[in-house]
Amino acid sequence: MQSLQEVTEEVLRLAASHFHVPREQLSPNDDFFKKLGIDSLQALDLLTRIENHFHIEFPDYELQGVSDFRTLAARIQARL
Amino acid sequence: MKSFVGNTLSWECTNGVIELKLHREPCNEIGVATLEELERFVQALEREGKDVAALIVYSSLPAGFSAGADLRELYHRSQPLRAAERVAGVRDFLQRIHRVLNIIDAAPITTIAAVHGVTFGGGFELALVCDLIIADKMARFCFPELRLGLIPGFGGIPRLKRDLGNGAVRDLLLTGRSINAAKAQAIGIVSQVTAEGEALRAARATAAQILKFDRETAIVAKRFIKPIPHEDLQREIEIFCELFTRPAVEEGLKKFAESTDTMPYLP
Repeated sequence: MQSLQEVTEEVLRLAASHFHVPREQLSPNDDFFKKLGIDSLQALDLLTRIENHFHIEFPDYELQGVSDFRTLAARIQARL
Repeated sequence: MKSFVGNTLSWECTNGVIELKLHREPCNEIGVATLEELERFVQALEREGKDVAALIVYSSLPAGFSAGADLRELYHRSQPLRAAERVAGVRDFLQRIHRVLNIIDAAPITTIAAVHGVTFGGGFELALVCDLIIADKMARFCFPELRLGLIPGFGGIPRLKRDLGNGAVRDLLLTGRSINAAKAQAIGIVSQVTAEGEALRAARATAAQILKFDRETAIVAKRFIKPIPHEDLQREIEIFCELFTRPAVEEGLKKFAESTDTMPYLP
């Protein structure tokens, strides 16, 4: 199984690629809503890309209380 | 069938295929203006559509197919009215939208929804009246109505019951979660999943295939396999109207309408 660090890195690379932000500007503890400046439609878009990339189902209500990349990665890892 | 360019939607008919394009910014929210133009569409379809064999419904807006009912309009229109008038207004709207969607559902043509992005609530219900849903891989489907203390009101539950196992319907309805196109295909809602941005192209290819078949046979086959759940559809309107009188619904609508939250689509 992938480690949390590996999953976090993949999430950061996905987010950087999709939202056209240099990877080095993102870090695991960043609030992804604020850092990426995204609204809920874009968050759903990111969610779909995460599901497609990791081949998981990720109910959108699991985003409640999640705002940083590392915590998001932990929730993803729980479904791998 | 003549073309039409409206404020919320447009259509064009070429070689027996109508393409109905939704284009009301920001995400094809369905309010009075859209309803009126959909009524115009079905009227044209019934009067002039004898040479039509297929319909493709799609959105030209990047955000998605449709985010559903125009809740802000619903809230603001309801506000000046007394309770009984509010319910009467909602009932009238629902009966009109049901009439339109029932006509499309039963139309003697093969209907295809080509969807991408947000396909929520009433938008999901519009897609569900079509015979086939072709979704690109970024489409998401959701019935978020329970978040507002309501149920889907445009015929979603009876149509899901028609198409899916009860467990899948309960999952969508009772969790209000959104699902992606792959999941929607796995449970039987979506017939084809395409690459991002390719749903309309795939729908056109499917319509071209459909045109090869004998039209009368296709009509008979569709009537045989696709009953319209009239009793359940009427019951859904009644349940919706009963729920609509509850204070929790007014509070939920107020919160949505007045929110400046950048994240209204997340639970």
